[in-house]
Amino acid sequence: MRAAGWLALGVLVAAPLLIVLAMGFSTATSGVPPVIPPWGASGWQGSLEAWGLVLSDPFYRDALWQSLRLAFLTATLCLVLGFGMAMGIAAVPPARQFTWLALVLLPFWTGFLLRVSAWVGLLRDSGWVNGMLMKLGLIEAPLRMLHTEGAMILGMVHAYLPFAVLPLYASLARRDLTLEEAAADLGAGRWRVLFTITLPLAAPALAAAFLLVFIPAAGEVVIPELLGGPEALLVGRAIWQEFFQTLDWPVAAALATALLALLLLPLAAFQRLAAR
Amino acid sequence: MRRAALFLGLFFLWAPIALMVGYAFSDGRTPYIWGGFSLRWFHALAANERLLEAAWLSLRIAAAAATLATLLGLVLGWVLARHGPFRGRPLFGALAGAPLVLPEVVMGLAFLLLIVGLQGLTGWPAQRGAMTVWLAHSALGMAFVAVLVQARLAALDPRLEEAAADLGAGPFTIFRTITLPLITPSLLAGWGLAFTLSLDDVVLASFVSGPGATTLPVYLFSALRLGLTPEANALASLLLGAAAALLLAFAIAAKGWARVETPPSRE
Repeated sequence: MRAAGWLALGVLVAAPLLIVLAMGFSTATSGVPPVIPPWGASGWQGSLEAWGLVLSDPFYRDALWQSLRLAFLTATLCLVLGFGMAMGIAAVPPARQFTWLALVLLPFWTGFLLRVSAWVGLLRDSGWVNGMLMKLGLIEAPLRMLHTEGAMILGMVHAYLPFAVLPLYASLARRDLTLEEAAADLGAGRWRVLFTITLPLAAPALAAAFLLVFIPAAGEVVIPELLGGPEALLVGRAIWQEFFQTLDWPVAAALATALLALLLLPLAAFQRLAAR
Repeated sequence: MRRAALFLGLFFLWAPIALMVGYAFSDGRTPYIWGGFSLRWFHALAANERLLEAAWLSLRIAAAAATLATLLGLVLGWVLARHGPFRGRPLFGALAGAPLVLPEVVMGLAFLLLIVGLQGLTGWPAQRGAMTVWLAHSALGMAFVAVLVQARLAALDPRLEEAAADLGAGPFTIFRTITLPLITPSLLAGWGLAFTLSLDDVVLASFVSGPGATTLPVYLFSALRLGLTPEANALASLLLGAAAALLLAFAIAAKGWARVETPPSRE
């Protein structure tokens, strides 16, 4: 049993990740495949060129930084809205909570791409929102909404909001309400109860919800491509382009490793919080 | 007042979807501009052979990937729940959970490089295609199944298996007649989750699929990059209808399960 487990993990998880790590130190050529691996018949023949580029070129640094910034904004918005929604569902009589939860989950099954495409149709210059605003006489010329940062954040919050609601609901539905009642009896106002009792007790769930949104959002490829326009070069898209268009596999691998390293920090912090 | 956030959030989630479904029935050529009621985009969908082919391939890959993911996830979840603190367990746990926290683009790149490496070393797989997408989706799904199985095994009452052992059942009989039926709900949930993940995945599939194997999301992604058509709205409506029907069926089945699992109360 254990041997089978190790085999599955070794081939399907560990080997791919180790290859990415090694690929960052290989040399790009114009062959097929377009790389020379870091180890050859005569020993180490790797290069630090790809890593040098990723660490020094402002283009890549910017892509990483912008991705983390947008993922942070998205995760924060999902956390605030998701917390309110989870509180709302947890306050419904238990027999009917499943129905409300289903309403949160159903959009998730409409297909990720199709939900993103809905925002394209709503936000573009000839789209639904501009059409409505012009019909109402509120604007004369269409507003540029598609291919902006706002459009990307909107699309990502819409795509990942259910990820935040689920863990928050699971935690809030099981919470001990007597603690909040006791605080209220002792004269604490609603907001004070929220900030001194409910939120601290839900801290692990809040952290889990944040990460469940932050991690996929940081590596997002499809939403920048469809909602962000050509100038939105986030790291997921940069990896994609280096790989498929520039055919610079070492840079793509080094970028992927850098993204993983940056994501390990919040993950490690979460592990410590969960272990407490 | 307490539910304001819930209603606001649900409005935000559903408004674009409601518009998509509404305009799926519009006769107009431009999406989101009303042109009178018609079913023409559903007919167009039914006549789009490339899309139907991609959808059929996606369904087959999703079913096969969910099945392999369930088998592998059962093994991983079992080892994590039942094998105690063996040597290398922290690494085992970290690797088993890694696909849950890897961005899709990193996983896609990693898998593609694995396939290229395997091709260089062994000549297998000869080309990228349905087979490689199947493997990548199985690796993604198995991590989710492992979490569900591990949690379910940890919550089982050990006395049930002990009682069976006391009555003379061997390990295999105990697994088949006691443990397996008890963890079946988590296996079914894991299968369903792995199936949906596979069916909805664009990025991983784009990396590991070849020219001959276009899944539905890969097809849609390239179509959407060229421009939006009202067919997308019709397809979204069909998927939503199917998901709603499945969820309803699941809710009814779960009610049945709850009745079996909760002992009757004495009144």
